[in-house]
Amino acid sequence: MKRLFVDLHLSFFQKDPKSFQHTIQRAANFGYHYVSASFSSEPSSEEVENLRVMCKNVGVEPVLRLDLRPRNENELMHNLRRLRRKFDVICVFCDSKVISRQAAKDRRVDLLNFPNFDYRRRFFDRSEAELASSSGLAALEIDVRPLFVLEGSMRTRFLSCLRREVVIARAFGVPLVVSSGVSEERFMRLPREMASLAHLFGVGVREALDAVSVNPLAIVLRNRGKLCDDFIAPGVRLVREGDGL
Amino acid sequence: MKRVKRRYLAVRLELDGVVSEKEFMDAVWGSVTRLYGEVGASLTSMALISFDVSCNVAVVRTSLEMLDAVRASLACISCVAGREAAVHVLSVSGTIKSLFERF
Repeated sequence: MKRLFVDLHLSFFQKDPKSFQHTIQRAANFGYHYVSASFSSEPSSEEVENLRVMCKNVGVEPVLRLDLRPRNENELMHNLRRLRRKFDVICVFCDSKVISRQAAKDRRVDLLNFPNFDYRRRFFDRSEAELASSSGLAALEIDVRPLFVLEGSMRTRFLSCLRREVVIARAFGVPLVVSSGVSEERFMRLPREMASLAHLFGVGVREALDAVSVNPLAIVLRNRGKLCDDFIAPGVRLVREGDGL
Repeated sequence: MKRVKRRYLAVRLELDGVVSEKEFMDAVWGSVTRLYGEVGASLTSMALISFDVSCNVAVVRTSLEMLDAVRASLACISCVAGREAAVHVLSVSGTIKSLFERF
């Protein structure tokens, strides 16, 4: 079966809708089927409609993604309660251990993202992976952008962290999602190039291809299924309503 | 002696303007060396087969066992001859003939 490629982290939309148009055009040319637009707050219906039109014109499927950068647990829970049902994907940027632990065990969180340029605050350890795997839903998101902008010992350190995290994620069955994380078009790469970049941190070819296709797609489809009107609970769906007794 | 298996990659260089063969290969070798070191770079057996300046398409040869490493190194290139650039792999093949048939 043909793979459908997904890039869940393009950080453009709210900053500059015009450049986002170019970006999604490029993503379509590169062979991506699903492209996310990252929001940091609730978008207006007009913004969402514009996004849908733009994506339809170039032939890619838009994915609404919310990036949460909470300052504490309460803020995280509040935002999840308020915004979960308005987005296809929710990513939590874990700047502290408390937030990363809370995000890992919350079933409403889809992606865990850690600071790329500060290896001391990458909290994806065995405990984090265990929480993420027991909740059964959160995936580890790895942005490849730092591989282009970092050099020398910084890049070495970054790759070392990623390699350790990949081993832990694999051991606990936490899915990997490889995203671009780019804000400039020149850093966009073909899906198979993204997969080959994953080779640098110890991910095999098939696993890497899954990380840019199967794993992110599963998250999007699972959440879209839940957002449908006929969804009751996982595995339970409303087929038709009775006439009443 | 066991024959070394090779792969040929057709790559497109994306940048404004033109660069010479040497500038392109310097960028490729630089990327491989930064990522895998001099020993790793020597294992790639990399060589430039052809470079079409008009459409910025090159054919690069590498050993099969270092193919993933070379692909990763090519994907990491963001600068060629001091200019912003990207290198995309168009196709990979076992023979030059089939590579040219593909694209």
